[in-house]
Order: sequence, then C-alpha cells, then structure tokens
Amino acid sequence: MSRTLQAPVTVAFDYTRSTGPVIGRFFSGLRDGVVVGGRTSSGEVVVPPLEFDPGTHEATTDFVEVSSVGTVTSWTWVPQPVKAQPFDHPFAFALVTLDGATAPLLHALDVASPEDVTTGMRVRIRWAEERTGAITDIACFEPLAPGEAETPNEVAASAHDEAVTGVVVPVSLDYNYAASPEESLFYRGLNEGRIMGQRCPTCQKVYIPPRSACPADGTPTAEEVELSQTGTVTTFCIVNVPFLGQKITPPYVSAYVLLDGADIAVLHLILGVPAEEVRMGMRVKAVWKPKDEWTFSLENIDHFAPTGDPDADFDTYKHHL
Amino acid sequence: MRDVAVVGFAQRQMPEFDGSPTCVELLVPLFKECYEQTGWTRKDVGFWCSGSSDYLAGRSFSFVQAVDAIGVIPPVNESHVEMDLAWAMYEAWIKIQTGEVDTALVYAFGKSSAGVLRRTLALQLEPYTMTPLWPDTVSLAGLQARTGIDAGLWDERAMAEVANRSLTDAEKNEYAVRKGGSSVDELLGRPMYADPLRKHDCAPVTDGAAALVLAAGDRAREVRDRPAWLTGISHYVDPMGMGVRDLTRSPSARRAGAALDLDGVEVAELHAPFSHQELILRSELGLADDVAINPSGGALASNPMFSAGGIRVGEAAQRIWSGEAGKVLAHATSGPALQQNLVCTLAASTSATEGAGN
Repeated sequence: MSRTLQAPVTVAFDYTRSTGPVIGRFFSGLRDGVVVGGRTSSGEVVVPPLEFDPGTHEATTDFVEVSSVGTVTSWTWVPQPVKAQPFDHPFAFALVTLDGATAPLLHALDVASPEDVTTGMRVRIRWAEERTGAITDIACFEPLAPGEAETPNEVAASAHDEAVTGVVVPVSLDYNYAASPEESLFYRGLNEGRIMGQRCPTCQKVYIPPRSACPADGTPTAEEVELSQTGTVTTFCIVNVPFLGQKITPPYVSAYVLLDGADIAVLHLILGVPAEEVRMGMRVKAVWKPKDEWTFSLENIDHFAPTGDPDADFDTYKHHL
Repeated sequence: MRDVAVVGFAQRQMPEFDGSPTCVELLVPLFKECYEQTGWTRKDVGFWCSGSSDYLAGRSFSFVQAVDAIGVIPPVNESHVEMDLAWAMYEAWIKIQTGEVDTALVYAFGKSSAGVLRRTLALQLEPYTMTPLWPDTVSLAGLQARTGIDAGLWDERAMAEVANRSLTDAEKNEYAVRKGGSSVDELLGRPMYADPLRKHDCAPVTDGAAALVLAAGDRAREVRDRPAWLTGISHYVDPMGMGVRDLTRSPSARRAGAALDLDGVEVAELHAPFSHQELILRSELGLADDVAINPSGGALASNPMFSAGGIRVGEAAQRIWSGEAGKVLAHATSGPALQQNLVCTLAASTSATEGAGN
C-alpha cells in the first residue's frame, strides 16, 4: 500500500477578459483576416500591438496592417505537445516577423519534423476556419511552398461591424492529487466506517481531519485516535438560499459537530429533524450510507441525526466554538 | 540601512514528493533544522514569509494550510508572495529594514510533479495572446537558446559544457536530483529533446521546499561567528512578450547586477533552469572567468519551483559561513526566459549596504 492516497483531479475555469482598445483592435483584425500591429514612438511595428509605448508610456493609437506572410526568426521543436497546445502531434513553436512588422509574433508552425524548419524560412498564416476574435484565429503558420507567390492568402471577408471587446480563455489543469499521510489515514478510516483523528503530542488536542502539524504549536501530530460517532452541535446555519451545485432542497441545516473526544468540530449536515428544531448543544450521531456505497470520502457519512439524548451543557463545548 | 545577514538555511529536493501539495510535512523538519542552527524557538522569529503558487498545488489557499507548520498560538506576523523564496526573502529584508522586526524565517515550497509543470507555467504568461496557445516553459527556453545559437553567441558545445560542469559539481550535493557528469562529447551525442535543447539542458522537474533565516545586527552575530551579510539586493523585470525582447539578452539581470558592487565576488550561485541561460547571466552580470559558478550544481541538477532561487541564496551563504569565500553572489529568476531577475551579494563583513533597486 502506498504511503498516501492519490487521485486525479481536474481544475477548470474560464477567464472572461475585456480586451480594451488595443488588444481589441488586434483581435477584431484577426477575426476579419487582417493582422494589425502597433507602431511605437521609436518606429518599431510590434505584433501583437503593445498597449502602452515602452518609451513614452503613452497608450498605443498608431495601428498598422501587416502581411500574413513572414520570416521565422527563431523556432523550437515540441516533441511531446501538452494539452490545449495548437496541435496534438509534434510541431514547432516559432517567432515569426511578419512582412511590415519589426518584432516577431509567437505562434505554432505546422511542419512534420525539425528537418523541415530553418531560421529565415518564409511562412504564412493558416487562418482558423471559424474566427471569433482571439489569438487562436490564427490556426498556425505553415511553410510557403517552393515557388509559391509570396502574397498573403485570401481570407473570406467577415460580416462583423462590432469591435471585439472581450475574450474567453478556458483554463483546465490536470493533477495527480496526493493527500498527506495524515489525511490518508482519515480517508482510509472512512472507507472502513471509522472516524480517525490524531493527537498533538505537545498540547494534547485531537484534530479531525488529522493534519500534518498542530496549527497551534507546529508539532507533528502523532498518536492516532478513533473518534466517537456521536457528538454535539456547536453552531449551525439554516441554508435557505439555492446555489449552483446544491444537492439538497433548502431549507436544510449545515452544522459544526464536535465529536466526543475531538477538539475541533467537523462541518456536516443535520437531517432527520425539522430545521427549526436544530439548536446549539443538540446531541447527534453519524448516519452512514449503505456499506457498498463507501469510498474514501466524508460523504460516506450521509448526515448526522439527533440521538434524542438531553442537550449537552454549554460548558462542555464552549471552548470549541 | 540595517545590517541584515542570512544565518540559517535548510532544503529538501526530490523528483517526486508523495505527500500533499501544501508540503506541511516537508516544512516541519526544515523549520526544526532552522531552530537547531539558530538556537531559537518559533517565538524568536519576528516575521514569516512564504513563497508558493496555488497553480502548482491544484488547490486554493495552499499557503494558508502551510502555516500549520509554524504553529500560530500566539499569533504570528506572516505574509506570502506568489513568487520564489528569494522574493519572500526580499520582503523579509524590507520588513527588517523598517525596524519593526529583527529576525525572519522565510520559506517556500512546491510540488511540481502534481501537474504537468511545463504546462502549468503557461499561466504566468500574457493571458490574451500567449496563454491560449499554451507555450510551455521548455519551448520558450528553446526559442531563446536558438536565438543565441543563430546569432553566434553560444553553441551546443558551450551549453553542454555548462551541463557537464553542473552535473559533475552536483555529485557533492546530497540534495541534487540529477547528478553525475560524463563528458561534453558524450552529452552532445545524446538525442535532441526540444531542438535545440537536449534533456540535460533543461532543469529536471523537482519537488521540494527550503527555508532561510535572516537576522539583523547583533541578533545575527549571536547565531553565527561569520554571518553572511546581505550587502546588496536588487531586482528588475523585462517585458513579458517574447517578441519585444532581445532573447539573447537579459537587460533586467544586467541592471540588477549593475546596481550592486560585484567586484571581488568569488562564488556565484545563478538560477539558470536552462543551460544557455547561465551563459546569458554570466555575460549580463559581467562575471570574471575565475568566479566559481554554481558549485552546488545549480538548477540543472534540481529546480524545485518557488524554492530554487532562494536555495541559490542559501548555498551562497554557506560559503561565507564555512570561510570558503568572503564575498558571493546569488541570483534568482522567474517568468519566461529570464524575464525577472533578483541579484544579491553576501559578504563576511558588513560594509555599507547597497541597493534595494526595484
């Protein structure tokens, strides 16, 4: 058995960004099949245009249309593309100085092998079939065929009047997520129907879930403690507001439950009782899902339900609020 | 300026850490080493600052949970930078300069192996026209290496010489994850990886953590007979876009070095995750041929994200503590192709502190 529990996790979210007048102008051009550069105070023509001039720090207002044909000024081979790169087969990234520009643009170059690339080679833009106003409207660069006229390729005119004002950049990252050894103890316990904590050897506090170090004094937690399945509601809230991803129909109660023997409460649901009857000090016990549904998750405990016992004295949990 | 010295250093570097990305279980023993080196307890530390990134961890607020390793009763004076340990050290140095505190423990951690590192780092690029293409770290460095090769400033042999020297020196570094030099010809006989880069031209993906201890004046003298006094510190940044930079150069590194007195530097720990970047840095910092470069093996031997720059400071400081050197340089980089650079000098004596160039 490996020391820690591990599982794949994907973190994904879309950034919605406003483009402003400079990048918006560049993206509007790409959507219409035109590459727009920006002229700097020193006479450079930079693609994509810089939002502010590097010399004067003034906003860029001098835009220049440049060619969709250019020259490779540097390149590197990508033998093992990563997810979301322009190609999933090996390709080159290249810096290409388009005719009419003085600074290069970074983009992919679609060639079969490194033998097919040289610094100084002539390339042209291959436009994406559908263009939306984003850097990916340029599908890639491709070599000019021998003898091919070095004229920009014809692009179907776009019917847009509106300038591009925003762009959505999707981000999705894959991880192999490892729990700490202490968290692994906790999740393995849950998979066996047990609730495990650990005791700090310095201050004797029992943490659940166990953590790698006591947050109070920094000592590594050591001794494993199996906790009671019964505890006390220390505080709670009644959820009345619907939200995305909600699994239970409101109103319902989310509460801190201080398990007997623990020094920190766990957050869980209180069900099996009308929401308005839940109170501080109420004694509750864990209600587990059927055993064949157990995984390495706190969701193995479906909810906590009242035991029917008399409420706990405030003094028994006042230091754990 | 107050005299501030590096008086403690601890590190861990490994190809794959099998614990959680908050690295608490790595940090606890590092802090223990720092307490042993200084004779302090956590209550002697006036300021804490960490460097890390949630993108590396794949979870939010990982730096908050890492604070568990400190123990925060009574409450501590704590901060965080989404940058390398070297920049966390810079924040601590400023904090000590304010006079508010006399001591600091700065730390950093990162589990690069949790995701695909060269892809994750695309999120530090310009988000409109670069990130959507997901240009990976190795590719961006490859573009830079080719630019210099085409310009005749270096060649594959010069790059292999850097790698061979690093891997040979790393044999003496117990923390290095890649070590063992062979010969330049043997390295040049290995296959291309991301043409023009071979694998040994690129830093290995490394997990790890590190911590540095800073102290002012007499607090430093109490800890060490020969503290490594921070005599200068400076950092600058170049534009993010690859098209508007001369990739054969690192103007920010040059400017950071020019703000300091580099005369008499005997050892330089340079944070160069790609072999050709060491050549750029040597040139931009104007280091003489007799300066020992990266006796630790440098980042080509191991490059734990968010720690590797600060580890250069720790490795350099150890040369002062041991008496091997009287004046050393440490450098840290961040961003694509040497975009951001921090340079500091450490010395056995406290001449007037310079720098704080931005």
